Amino acid sequence: MKKLILGNAAVARGLYEAGCAVASSYPGTPSTEITEEAAKFPEIYCEWAPNEKVAMETAFGASLAGKRAFCAMKHVGLNVAADPLFTMSYTGVNAGLVIAVADDPAMHSSQNEQDSRHYARAAKLPMLEPSDSAEALDFTKLAYRLSEEFDTPVLLKMCTRVAHSQSIARLSDRQEPEVRPYQKNPQKYVMAPANAVRRHPAVEQRLLDLAQWAETAEVNRVEDGSDHSLGIVTSSTCYQYVKEACGDRFPVLKLGLVWPLPERKLRDFAAGVDSLVVVEEGDSFLESYCRGLGLSLRGKELFPLTGELSQNLIGEKLGLSRHMGSALTEELPNRPPVMCAGCPHRGLFYALSRLKCTVLGDIGCYTLGAMPPLGAMDMTLCMGASVSGLHGFNKALGADSEGRTVAVIGDSTFVHSGMTGLANAAYNQSRSTVIILDNSITGMTGHQQNPTTGFNLRGDPAGKIDLEALCRAMGVNRVRVVDPYDLKACEAAVKEELAAEELSVIISRRPCALLKYVKRQPPLMVDPDKCRGCRACMKIGCPAISIREGKAVVDAAQCVGCGVCGQLCGFDALKEGK
Amino acid sequence: MKTKNIMIVGVGGQGSLLASKLLGHLLMEQGHDVKVSEVHGMSQRGGSVVTYVRYGDKVASPVIDQGEADAIVSFELLEAARWLAWLKPGGRVVVNTQQIDPMPVVTGAAQYPEKLVEKMTAAGAKVDPVDCLTLAQQAGNAKAVNLVLLGRLSHYFDFAESAWQEAIEACVPAKFLDVNKRAFALGQQA
Repeated sequence: MKKLILGNAAVARGLYEAGCAVASSYPGTPSTEITEEAAKFPEIYCEWAPNEKVAMETAFGASLAGKRAFCAMKHVGLNVAADPLFTMSYTGVNAGLVIAVADDPAMHSSQNEQDSRHYARAAKLPMLEPSDSAEALDFTKLAYRLSEEFDTPVLLKMCTRVAHSQSIARLSDRQEPEVRPYQKNPQKYVMAPANAVRRHPAVEQRLLDLAQWAETAEVNRVEDGSDHSLGIVTSSTCYQYVKEACGDRFPVLKLGLVWPLPERKLRDFAAGVDSLVVVEEGDSFLESYCRGLGLSLRGKELFPLTGELSQNLIGEKLGLSRHMGSALTEELPNRPPVMCAGCPHRGLFYALSRLKCTVLGDIGCYTLGAMPPLGAMDMTLCMGASVSGLHGFNKALGADSEGRTVAVIGDSTFVHSGMTGLANAAYNQSRSTVIILDNSITGMTGHQQNPTTGFNLRGDPAGKIDLEALCRAMGVNRVRVVDPYDLKACEAAVKEELAAEELSVIISRRPCALLKYVKRQPPLMVDPDKCRGCRACMKIGCPAISIREGKAVVDAAQCVGCGVCGQLCGFDALKEGK
Repeated sequence: MKTKNIMIVGVGGQGSLLASKLLGHLLMEQGHDVKVSEVHGMSQRGGSVVTYVRYGDKVASPVIDQGEADAIVSFELLEAARWLAWLKPGGRVVVNTQQIDPMPVVTGAAQYPEKLVEKMTAAGAKVDPVDCLTLAQQAGNAKAVNLVLLGRLSHYFDFAESAWQEAIEACVPAKFLDVNKRAFALGQQA
């Protein structure tokens, strides 16, 4: 059966067809939908783990036990999971183990643009790279075959344009794989030095074997062209851009396995064309390998190391036509993402903005607190860095910063990597003030459950971390909860905890306004006789309020009736709706 | 058949995913190769969003580049103007005339531009402005703007009415079907 299917859903379908039994992931754009879609198949046990390292180790355990296993993450998640990854390369697998990692060139929803292919090389693991949904499905199944045949975890590299594009794929039935009973084998699975020393040569041999396989593998294919003045080496979505720009004019070596690379195939391809061009997004990964072979080529001298490539760019650089459109001549106001109307983070950030706090931030929707008019963020680095960063900031500056500097971190991010930072702060007697923005969901990636919500991936009741008890158990004596819709209470709480000469945690608690179970209140009403157009209500940056002809106007379609703007009005002009 | 390109643009949260799902379904049922590229994640939060829909005998790239779109379907006026450079010379713009202030306008740092329909026309686009919000409300739900837009777009493609109806039935949840069919019809008549 043919189906128009999202790249991520195609990976999930591949998991189903390959007989995958266990999937554990942490959500991260653009990888999230793989595990959400996999969870729709009752044959696959799927879960959200607190972070990528835990997810990968869970998948490893399932593979060791003898069932095909999987985990998915965004590119930066692989940094978190790098520790098990590098040693799993030594142990190999029992049943097939596939790890999907989704890069985000152009950073549509990410904090950096790192190129995950380096991990395949560094950890000495094979990496498959599909270019559309059909390949996403097929390569997922192939990954399991390679994993078991070569005794290795296999990396499946996605990128935003493959993960979040729909294209047509052919679906088949699920094939239950042969059972691989667990057998005790400490020489292979206990990576103490004496055993690891013996495993390392096996890893090197495996790479050579895989490179040999890559020479004849169908996934590394040459598509001939009519014009041999140029030959193009490419992979992933860049292959699609190349075909769009050049059609069948130039020969193309399309690489489906981007590590290890097929030396002879590359040399033969180069020998058959007058000049060689490598087209790849991100770093000069394929290019560096080809240069190492002594091949003469053009790559990053034509194409940027930053952002995404496109058919126009490739056409232009290869001397072909470029399509042009006409833009308006005037500059248009941009439209950055904003906190939603009724977002519970807004009230807390307003308090931080009023108190002119230095705010060490974290990864999530609340990073939008950095945007005007709130502008209440000084740093965003990676998952969990707010808490540990604040501890370092305060140790460096002491009382100078302790009374005016806070960390803000979401509930899911706190469990992911903030807890260990808080343990460090408590242990090393920090006087920091940490604010957990508990909106009872993983928001930015589109509402995934997490260990603080009480529900699992499928929405069934699950274990639930009691954040207050957890913080107290780690040695934080001052733990308090505020409602971020209450501006006065937020400001008072932040002031008091900053003044306290010990570590404190404020939990700003209210569920995300977009959650289905959160009841919307009627939209606020503006009394035009009372409104003086002073713009006080505009200080919170709510997209539901604007000023038209000198008066505040509430967009009834967006307003959820949170009432935060009304607390800013000195003239009682914003009333509860009916 | 040469690949055709439709862009769906708007403000995150306006419902462009249903529009692209419906178009994708319709085009595949017509026997075309189809690619649809969507936006998920951070930019969904009230930011400028764009979905690319491409179809033909064999579609390679999942995205539409500058100067390639046969049509731009816009949920919001300023967003149509923002993506105008992606339109082919003389291409069609079907635009909901609704205006949603972006944050720089909300904070007073910028003005919402005036006379955008006229300016886009002057730049060579064939602009079809429709007050989709009013028509959607008339159909019974302000969120049916997407079906009003598709109804209007259907003028410019010669697919059978039955094909559109089948796609609507396949993609819209049953309890919203009536309101969405009314919205589609109002868009067709607009």
